[in-house]
Amino acid sequence: MAERSFSNEVEYLRLGHGETFTGEGILAITKALLENGVGYVGGYQGAPISHLMDVLADAQDVLDELGVRFEANASEAAAAAMLAASVHYPIRGAVTFKGPVGVNVAADALANLSSSGVTGGALVIVGEDYGEGSSIMQERSHAFAMKSQFWLLDPRPNLPSITKAVKDGFELSEASNTPVMLMVRIRSCHVTGSFETRDNVVPPLTVKDALRDPRSDFSRVVLPPMSYLHEQDKIANRWPAAETFIVKNGLNEVFGPRNAPLGIVVQGGMYNGVVRALHRLGLADIYGDSKIPIYVLNVTYPLIREEFDQFCVGKGHVLVVEEGQPDFIEQQLGSMLYKSRSSVALHGKDVFPMAGEYTGQVMLDGITAFLKTVAPNLLPGQVRAPNTVAPEIPDLTKTVPIRPPGFCTGCPERPIFAAMKLTEQELGKHQISGDIGCHLFASLPPFEIGGATMGYGLGPASNAAFDGGGERRAISILGDGGFWHNGLSSSIGNMVFNKSDSVVVIVDNYYSAATGGQDVLSSRAQNDTKSTNNPISKALGGIGVEWIRQIDRTYDVGRMRDVLRDALTTDYKGPKVIIASSECMLNKQRREKPQRDLAIHEGQRTSVPRFGVDPDICTGDHACIRLSGCPSLSLKKLDDPLRDDPVAHIDQTCVGCGNCGEVADTAILCPSFYQVDVVHNPKRHEAWRTRQRNKVIAWLQKRRSAKRLAFS
Amino acid sequence: MTGDLSGGPVRAQTPGITKLAIMAVGGQGGGVLTGWIEKLARAQGYSVQATSVAGVAQRTGATIYYVEMAPASERPPVFALAPSAGDVDILIAAEMMEVGRAIMRGFVTPDKTTLIGSTHRALAVSEKSAPGDGIANAKEVHAAAEIAAQTLILADMERLAVAHGSNISASLFGALAASGTLPFSRAAFENTIRESGKGVGPSLQAFSAGFDATLGLNDNDTAARSSTLASVGQANPTLQWEVLRNRIDALPEPVHQMALAGLAKVVDFQDCAYGSLYLDRLEPIVALDRASDHWLLAVTAAKYIANAMAYDDIIRVADIKTRGPRFDRIRAEMSVRSDQGMQLTEYFHPRAEEISGLLPRGLGARVENSPRAMAWLNRWFGKGRRLRTDSIPAFLLLYWLGGLRSYRLKTRRHTIEVAHLDAWLHQSLAPLASNYMLSVEMLRCQRLIKGYSDTHGRGQSKFVNVMQGADLVKDRKDAAEWVARLHAAALQDPDGKALSGALETVRSFS
Repeated sequence: MAERSFSNEVEYLRLGHGETFTGEGILAITKALLENGVGYVGGYQGAPISHLMDVLADAQDVLDELGVRFEANASEAAAAAMLAASVHYPIRGAVTFKGPVGVNVAADALANLSSSGVTGGALVIVGEDYGEGSSIMQERSHAFAMKSQFWLLDPRPNLPSITKAVKDGFELSEASNTPVMLMVRIRSCHVTGSFETRDNVVPPLTVKDALRDPRSDFSRVVLPPMSYLHEQDKIANRWPAAETFIVKNGLNEVFGPRNAPLGIVVQGGMYNGVVRALHRLGLADIYGDSKIPIYVLNVTYPLIREEFDQFCVGKGHVLVVEEGQPDFIEQQLGSMLYKSRSSVALHGKDVFPMAGEYTGQVMLDGITAFLKTVAPNLLPGQVRAPNTVAPEIPDLTKTVPIRPPGFCTGCPERPIFAAMKLTEQELGKHQISGDIGCHLFASLPPFEIGGATMGYGLGPASNAAFDGGGERRAISILGDGGFWHNGLSSSIGNMVFNKSDSVVVIVDNYYSAATGGQDVLSSRAQNDTKSTNNPISKALGGIGVEWIRQIDRTYDVGRMRDVLRDALTTDYKGPKVIIASSECMLNKQRREKPQRDLAIHEGQRTSVPRFGVDPDICTGDHACIRLSGCPSLSLKKLDDPLRDDPVAHIDQTCVGCGNCGEVADTAILCPSFYQVDVVHNPKRHEAWRTRQRNKVIAWLQKRRSAKRLAFS
Repeated sequence: MTGDLSGGPVRAQTPGITKLAIMAVGGQGGGVLTGWIEKLARAQGYSVQATSVAGVAQRTGATIYYVEMAPASERPPVFALAPSAGDVDILIAAEMMEVGRAIMRGFVTPDKTTLIGSTHRALAVSEKSAPGDGIANAKEVHAAAEIAAQTLILADMERLAVAHGSNISASLFGALAASGTLPFSRAAFENTIRESGKGVGPSLQAFSAGFDATLGLNDNDTAARSSTLASVGQANPTLQWEVLRNRIDALPEPVHQMALAGLAKVVDFQDCAYGSLYLDRLEPIVALDRASDHWLLAVTAAKYIANAMAYDDIIRVADIKTRGPRFDRIRAEMSVRSDQGMQLTEYFHPRAEEISGLLPRGLGARVENSPRAMAWLNRWFGKGRRLRTDSIPAFLLLYWLGGLRSYRLKTRRHTIEVAHLDAWLHQSLAPLASNYMLSVEMLRCQRLIKGYSDTHGRGQSKFVNVMQGADLVKDRKDAAEWVARLHAAALQDPDGKALSGALETVRSFS
């Protein structure tokens, strides 16, 4: 089960004609899929579209009613490959994953799909993880559309536009026999708003129907000579058909006055930012009525020459607002203008930065710079010649610390890396490569373990150059999510086949945790619609790994360290794999806390652990924090003139995972830590025994304190 | 140029948009607060849009939520998806450094922004992991907030919420209501919480606390904290203690506070006779000092001699662990009710050194010099032990160890500590006549010795290195500054990299 439950929201998916949906973008897209008669849906989780997968998983009932097949695909490649169902069958299919990393993984299938062409509408919903809050390299998914020639939609970021794009996307796909990629940006996915709903539509042909009447056509297979014909077909038929559809149905939009000496061309997703900048310059109202014409590209690929030429008529200057690089759109528009020997001056990356997110400030600065150059009289006087000096605000860059993401309180991965740090203290620094997942936080302080990440499931593969072994064995980290995504074959299989001498630590936290706690094959939960409880160790054994160590409680730092030491020093040649398993604490708490509260409420004996630090014993060295970084383990300044340094302190958010005590013990740090187990509803005998003990202890304490001065 | 553009710039002819950003640390519940604000505005007839970034960025990292709203009308307004520098009306920051980050990013401007911030700290890893005091300076952020915000509302919203068993979202929501920046009644705010249906009671109380704090009704933050020293030694004064106190009263007044704290510490560590030894060491140093230097040397010595004399041995740890007030403190901290049980597990891992230190001085020294004996000790004692101090056997063991105070001054450890103390004082006071500040700085180096086991060993070696560095520069005029620099470098990282670099520099010119 995922971190966030959408079981309440799923009811919105049943809204009918003329009703109003209010909620998040992701949920609106799901509703739009159902309204457009989608026959199958799938995808692979990852911010910002994780919730789309979670909604679908929670919406199983609604999907079943409509005969829609939902598949939680093993990877983005698997998801894209699923669209093969739309090649021969007139069934609408939609898959979702994050971009551009998901599109990277899916590229093979997407290219084949694009070559074959589709009969039913095929929609790829990509959550473009770019700009603030992104967790990946900063690139564009745009390039994939250009290279494989499928169409790219980038709708204006409001719910009516995004849901309309779902409808347009399916229709465009069918009209041009080409898959369509619908791009929603990181914030559009979680933007809230409203749109008017329609009735859900049962797919005219369901996937079950299709199995009853299978079809095949070798002309759609990507083999010579058909593949040559596919390429020609793209240019001769599919592309023109797409252009015709886009123009005829007005997928792109023009706002503002018809005649003006200048204009702005903008990606749909950037529209709100442009309007806000114009509003701040007094050139638009809050409803988007602009003094400057705006040509909104809700379709960013292909670009429609006819529409663009039309927009440019009578204009001297046109500004392209295109986030990210390379500037594909600007280059193409420039080429169009050049080839038609146009006198229109094209602006874009000359006034806007080539790289980086187009934040509100960047947008304001870019448009202001454009107008200053081409139409300074449009700008308000204050912008042209500011006459007030803004007050000097002190520079805090040296004061405010950075706050990158890190392991949650009680995270079971923390003790793994504490143990690795202790191992390194013993055996020296090792070559370590990471993977994708929460465990990559270990590369940040305080652990600073691992120096590279090459892709999902590729941690061990990215150590392949070191597989031959050496004085100190290379170590790689792999999560359970990455293991099942791609790691089993690309990483572990590769190691077995190449007789690698390296060490792999598989971090098994029972979920695809970083993406929001979705189940994977080895999850321990019972899942009604998915097969779980398939142990990683069994899969490893199956492909020929002989040296496998299973650790069922990662919090046992001493054992973790011993097993690591063993793996690094054993005489065994060949891949050595340690599976470190403990449940993701975020999910565990979400699962167990309500149960525990209920048990306490019902009067059952329940013991709740939490850790503490004795401030008088802690000397303020913070060695424990350097082996932890736990949010609940923080510092406290004592009201004692004799003490210079703040002491460790554990706040009420501690979940009692035990890492502090284990680390203090294994690393031989200090005796400051103590564990408290509060026993709720103790049994009668237990309570009596506790009272007797307390009496004895209190008597002893009183006896001693009577002999000494009391300082408070 | 022709067309519609010939006219002057137009003003937005419609009511404006209210822009509200929330900056929080992942896990603080910023999403809950955002949801409330959105529901509230919608219920009050506003068009509203909220955005957030989910995913990895939320895992304990700095994160941001953004809400825009405008009175509903026929046409939907075009809302922005992220806050812009210089264009935020209300900025809510759920932590003090996030207040700083908001200012740094330009989201707080004097012409329009109401800044609602919580003054509590959730320390960043970089602040916590420094071996010394790496905590960022909240005063600087406060000062910047005074300048940057049009209206400033700062209070410890976390404390207000936790006191009512709720989350900071609730107290911040209360502060937002009280700020008057949104044209909605208090009742409307409270209804939003009620309709959420989760933890309504505590949330409403925390809301109230946040509301009142904002209106200044509840000014707990400025209440003067009572000094811990006021009550020192007053519980059961004895004649011996009175004698010691009188000796402190005889010292110059500015030294009193530190000397009294130091005295209390060593008496608590051992007994009044030991306190007398403390004063025996301190008084001659005070005699060397003078008022014109604000008694800096005396105060510094009072502080660090006490710390050096009250070293961290097994006896002290066992003594502290078995005291009654400690049990009471833990019960209060963990909110253990009388009908609940409390199991208490201590994590110990003694090494051979701790055990040999506990032996009588002669025997202890012999054992320490014999690798075989040390290995034997390690085999028998050097392992992790979890002692349940709520059970009689473990309590008795620690109680007995804590009771070894009367024997402590005969231990090997005590001999080592006394030797250290003598050497340190001797070395520190040597340059006093020629360089007063150098002596002060060298006394301060005692701060480097802390921790247990390996950590203690590392501290010790840093101390030795800095003192050696001090010896290298002792004839320079700026020797004190150099020692202070070495001292600061030693506290920067655990492995002493910064210190090695600084020492390298010192060696290069000496």
